[in-house]
Amino acid sequence: MELRYIYRGLGVGLVGGLLAFVFARIFAEPFIQDAIDYEGGRDAAQEALSHAAGLGHAGGGHEEAEVFSRSVQSNIGIGVGMAAFGLAMGGLFVVAYLLVSRRYPGIRPRVLAGLLAGAGFVSLYLVPFAKYPANPPAVGHEETIGDRSILYVTMVAVSVVSLVLAVFAGRWLAGRVGTWNASLLGAVVFFVLVGVAMGLLPPLGHLASNKAEYGTLATETPQPLRDARGAIVYPGFDADLLFRFRFYSVISQLLLWLTLGFGFGALAERLAGAPARVRTPRAVTGAAATDRTSAGAPSGTTAPSAAG
Amino acid sequence: MTTPVAEPRQHSVTLPLTACRVALGLTALLSLALLYFIGVDQGATSLFGSDTHIHEFVHDARHFIGFPCH
Repeated sequence: MELRYIYRGLGVGLVGGLLAFVFARIFAEPFIQDAIDYEGGRDAAQEALSHAAGLGHAGGGHEEAEVFSRSVQSNIGIGVGMAAFGLAMGGLFVVAYLLVSRRYPGIRPRVLAGLLAGAGFVSLYLVPFAKYPANPPAVGHEETIGDRSILYVTMVAVSVVSLVLAVFAGRWLAGRVGTWNASLLGAVVFFVLVGVAMGLLPPLGHLASNKAEYGTLATETPQPLRDARGAIVYPGFDADLLFRFRFYSVISQLLLWLTLGFGFGALAERLAGAPARVRTPRAVTGAAATDRTSAGAPSGTTAPSAAG
Repeated sequence: MTTPVAEPRQHSVTLPLTACRVALGLTALLSLALLYFIGVDQGATSLFGSDTHIHEFVHDARHFIGFPCH
């Protein structure tokens, strides 16, 4: 019974991931390539600069052997990655759906699916993004990857827990101040919890190793490269490029979660209407699927008394 | 004499619940594992030593989904 929901959740997640991939391949990949080109040019400029300063090859060299070529990464790799991400989100989504729908059977399936998809988008992506936005290649220092991963995962966890607490608070308040006011107050609880967490967690630029090497900056976005006299020899990271990448990142996530919410919602509506009808013809034959619609009408009238 | 009707229903509910819990737990666990490999593995932490094949393969997706990358 629940397996049929799980299959559909995973399937819709996969479709959503593939849609997000198609979007990413068309719109985001050119900007990802631009960012990688910037990184390459900057490394070369850095090399030339330290060479001129008589430091030899002090940069250490960024020439690691390429494990996968750019064309593999930007076509197959991102496709598999986005599809698998959609699958994982579909799995988590359907688990949440089944848990909530069992506790509150009164909520209509497509409404619940829509609400949960909205909750997933906001808590798993949008709120963590507000603190630690998605970064293209070239933005982000290799030596802080450990700290950045921990901070990001912490932000996701705090955001999800805050949302669950806010929903419980809203449910508790609903009996006292009405559903509308309780929903608003629940949202306030969420924003306060998440806001406090954002205030307490450090900006990426304030990490100790970043402060030591680059001074006090808010982020790890590359600043212009200057020579000994302070003249800019290589520009800072393109602001428009950064915006484009992040904007498209948000849109691809929206695509995924909209697919999950509306796609799974439609399937769940059909499933929720199905059990009473499926159970009777199954004893006869499984091939009676075509008769189901005609047989559904008379059995549907008797179903509510049996289910209720 | 009409009350025992409710009894068989209770039995049929308890068994599927545990099977269903296993299915839910497995789905959640596998999803989180998948998420870990796409988002985090071979960056900050690595399950397969210093290998970078997974990281490099999903490199663009990792950036685009919002996870930190080198």
